[in-house]
Amino acid sequence: MNDPILEMRGVSKSFFGIKALRAVDLTVYAGEIHALMGENGAGKSTLMKILSGAYRPDPGGEIRIESKPARIEGPLGGRAAGISIIYQELSLAPNLSVAENIYLGRELSRSGLLARGAMREGVGPILERLGADFLPSTLVAHLSMGQRQLVEIARALHARSKILIMDEPTTALSAGESERLFALIRQLRAEGLAIIYISHRMDEVYALGDRVTVLRDGRLVGSLDKQDIRADAIVRMMVGRDVSSFYKKDHDPEAGKGHPVLSAIDMADGLRVKGCSLTVHAGEVVGLAGLIGAGRTELAHLIIGAAPRISGRLELEGQPIDIRTPGEALEAGIAYLTEDRKALGLFLDMSCQDNINLAVLGRDAKLGCFLDRDKARERADRAFTGLSIRAANVGVPAGGLSGGNQQKVLLSRLLAIAPKVLILDEPTRGVDVGAKSEIYSIIDNLAKAGTAILVISSDLPEIIGICDRVIVMRSGLVAGEVRRTETAPLTQEDIMALATWTEHLDA
Amino acid sequence: MPDNGSTQAKAATANDLAVAQATKRQRIRLLIRAAGMLPVLLLLCAGFHYLSDGRFFTGQNLGIVLQQAAVNTVLAAGMTFVILTGGIDLSVGSILAASAMAGLTMSKLPELGALWLPAAVLTGLGFGVVNGALIALLRLPPFIVTLGSLTAVRGLARLLGADTTVFNPSIPYAFIGNGSLTLVPGVASIPWLSVIALLVILVSWLVLRRTVLGVHIYAVGGNESAARLAGIKVWAVVIFVYGVSGLLAGLGGAMQAARLYAANGLQLGQSYELDAITAVILGGTSFVGGIGSIWGTLVGALIIAVLSNGLILTGVSDIWQYVIKGLVIIGAVALDRYRLQGSART
Repeated sequence: MNDPILEMRGVSKSFFGIKALRAVDLTVYAGEIHALMGENGAGKSTLMKILSGAYRPDPGGEIRIESKPARIEGPLGGRAAGISIIYQELSLAPNLSVAENIYLGRELSRSGLLARGAMREGVGPILERLGADFLPSTLVAHLSMGQRQLVEIARALHARSKILIMDEPTTALSAGESERLFALIRQLRAEGLAIIYISHRMDEVYALGDRVTVLRDGRLVGSLDKQDIRADAIVRMMVGRDVSSFYKKDHDPEAGKGHPVLSAIDMADGLRVKGCSLTVHAGEVVGLAGLIGAGRTELAHLIIGAAPRISGRLELEGQPIDIRTPGEALEAGIAYLTEDRKALGLFLDMSCQDNINLAVLGRDAKLGCFLDRDKARERADRAFTGLSIRAANVGVPAGGLSGGNQQKVLLSRLLAIAPKVLILDEPTRGVDVGAKSEIYSIIDNLAKAGTAILVISSDLPEIIGICDRVIVMRSGLVAGEVRRTETAPLTQEDIMALATWTEHLDA
Repeated sequence: MPDNGSTQAKAATANDLAVAQATKRQRIRLLIRAAGMLPVLLLLCAGFHYLSDGRFFTGQNLGIVLQQAAVNTVLAAGMTFVILTGGIDLSVGSILAASAMAGLTMSKLPELGALWLPAAVLTGLGFGVVNGALIALLRLPPFIVTLGSLTAVRGLARLLGADTTVFNPSIPYAFIGNGSLTLVPGVASIPWLSVIALLVILVSWLVLRRTVLGVHIYAVGGNESAARLAGIKVWAVVIFVYGVSGLLAGLGGAMQAARLYAANGLQLGQSYELDAITAVILGGTSFVGGIGSIWGTLVGALIIAVLSNGLILTGVSDIWQYVIKGLVIIGAVALDRYRLQGSART
């Protein structure tokens, strides 16, 4: 084959001593579609940000473009080196016209005045080449998501980029728009562009990829050529790591069978959740798996009334219940641990004691409004001992604690209401290994005590390690369920397959 | 994992040590925040005493300072509630004027004259609740809503007296404006206005630090989204704090009316909101919300009163008084920024 257009050799990137990318090699040729795959957090976006110039790689690695060493620095560095990136969230200014967006940052001017006419004429041929059905003067706000993507591509072509990186470009597109995009990508390949296509979706990789490279935990696992691209091979490359022994699962899922605690039926918000049903039984730990953006957190928010729903109903212990606010959910005994404890969970300036007692202050209050500080103190002390929260005392602000201890403080607040249903959203994100294992045994003990638990997690080994069965979501729908049986354990492969499969492959 | 138990123990000790150090730093920071501007207040007092050749620390002058600080203290107490939730109330000066006008008008009615005091306070409460409802229920920005009511309520205040000054030399309860509570006959007394201000501070402290509602106010200011997810009725808290701010502005209006026996809808309470906000910020309450104390606000209000009084005592022209007070406001906000640096909020 001819010389590669992009060569990366031993590129690493660390953040505060944590390696996000370890000596990754990547070779891309002109006229090929190179698919890049990996789980959430595998290092795909770090790699991409290095190519765009947003991150500077650690010293030691080498990047060559058209066989010449390249230094990509600053936010415009990537574009100067001939690399354009189309992000998941498009980076267009909706209040400007198509032409103005394409010329953004490099506007044409005539004696200091903006040359709108010349800019419109300049983008005409490119839009025509892409088969665009809108005018250069159209406001981007008036375009559909698919059309906006065309504008992004036009911008890349206009900058004479030779390498086009697309990050999950079909996430926001309809099926028809995706088909048109694929045709366009093939056309660009024929015109000699190199396309790095990042996607979670197996069918897209089948349809488009000339080669697939898989990243895992910041390392390059390997590359497959077109004839070797097979779903099982890719999934094994993506998830193939040891399941550590520190998961704890002593509770007996059969104990509570036949006693459903929470049933959500046909929940939908009209945006990210498109009609999901699930049931959680007493004493059972149910996993809710899926890729980022599959609608898991949104579904949890619907259940606890944190977001308005357009359809669906809830049953708690067999009785219909109407929950419109998180406060009503707590009163009913449904507690939700947020995935973003700093932004949505904790009050960082408030003491651990106040944080832990917040949900029960009203119930404990004397004369209906005065704080019962002795009771609050006792409860906080009990939580500190019971969950082994490490801080000087219960009076220190929660913001000063480590991630794991913060998570345990937040968990204590939920446990204070003695919930019937506990929904845990990424319960061990940003938590150190020791605290992780402690949180797993807290979950296990709660299940033993009969709490119905729903765990949302992107960490597959975690889900497999602690859950009795796993509900998998994909694109706002329940894609299926994976059960643990006597003979067959839960496997990451089964879950990943459900999370990434699309409809026409099922048939 | 019994084999690496000692490693774990070591890690735990190191962790505890780090925690202990962090706690120590937190304590020092809290101490600085709690002491806040008190040293500044004492230095100002001493400085003015020296510069005015010993005329500052006299019983009579201190009485004047306390009396001058009273109305602003009451407004600033209400403002503390609002700013603790991360909001702002620009309309307190106008509400004060409207409440004073309503009170004085009521006091001239022969049958209902004695009810002028509750009338003034309830007028303030009403305007405050409207502010709060607009902010909480229509989700409008507090700055915009109270900027609007700053203007609109000022207009209503003028309307109430048909744009004239309303007098009532025989207003009931006039003693609260000009009388003093005798502590030791002939030796020590304290103006009723100051007594009211201190009571307001005490009740505010009780609400903020000893009730469930108080914790909820700090929670809403500290992290509104988290408060909502934690089941706190954020809208109720918001209406409450603007209601309190309005109610205390109404009380401030009553205090002014009793002191002056008169009110003018156009002039009374002009730019009082700025002094109230300055007092709150000087007192260490963060503009972002969630951090602050009512005692700091008291110190802040006293600093402003001491500054006004001291500058007059030392013969600084009133033009320069404006410049100096303005610089104090900017300095206070700079201080707020500096204090927020390195706090738990990142």
